[in-house]
Amino acid sequence: MSEKELQVQEKQMVTQEGETTKPDKYFIPAVDIFEDDEKVTVVAEMPGVKNTGVDVALEDDVLTIRGERMPEKIDGRVLLQEYESGSYLRRFTVAETIDQDKIHAVMRDGLLRVELPKAAPAKPRKIKVEAA
Amino acid sequence: MALIRFTEQPRFMNPWAEFERIRQGLDVLSRNMLSDGRVTMPATVFPPLNIYETKDELILKAELPGVKVEDLDISLEGDTLTIQGQRKPTEENEKTSYHRREIEAGSFSRALTLPIKVDPDKISAKLADGILTITLQKADEIKPRHIKISTE
Repeated sequence: MSEKELQVQEKQMVTQEGETTKPDKYFIPAVDIFEDDEKVTVVAEMPGVKNTGVDVALEDDVLTIRGERMPEKIDGRVLLQEYESGSYLRRFTVAETIDQDKIHAVMRDGLLRVELPKAAPAKPRKIKVEAA
Repeated sequence: MALIRFTEQPRFMNPWAEFERIRQGLDVLSRNMLSDGRVTMPATVFPPLNIYETKDELILKAELPGVKVEDLDISLEGDTLTIQGQRKPTEENEKTSYHRREIEAGSFSRALTLPIKVDPDKISAKLADGILTITLQKADEIKPRHIKISTE
């Protein structure tokens, strides 16, 4: 097969400054971050998180994405456990000037997609140089 | 686990100190094992699976964020269950420049032998919020049966 074979990526636990009061487990979601002329897009893997459990905040240039989910619970015997379930948390420092009012987030198929439109001054402008 | 060489320890110390060290080590070990009563085994093939057994069902769960229903294929042959599919890249646009790329795109295929006999006609699979749940009904012959005891 010419296509790349997917490898298992082990989940990393969040090592937070300051402990939480709840014994919930937080994992660091894998992310893709890409940028074009208009916006910066962050895509994070958050399987099991519903629309209502997502919290996206931008404060002092720090983007926090948090996905809360109920731990997987099934009455019965565990025959095999290869992954742990828990909530997700990750923070990024955003360098670009972002138009805070137009941040848009959508949760689909376990992927959170946050679009951060750049504020007008950060958009590249062509400056014509006139010959003297 | 940290290895402690005997030479690294001071010669004349409390004779019980070594027992104390062993006890503490065992405490850590049992705490790790019992923190939620389970031990996670690292998976070697994508996707990692959790398998549960209830009274009449076998439930398989896998986290497949970004995989669409049409790109996923599940089949059962005898007692071998195969999960295969592919994940497409999050963005395909030549104009974008990536800062981070941690979500891999590609294909996967995992086959596993089911530990118990299942009814091949009663299999249901659901993909919701990036989590795949496959529910398999146990075959009738292995379902627990009540045996009535009669008295004479």
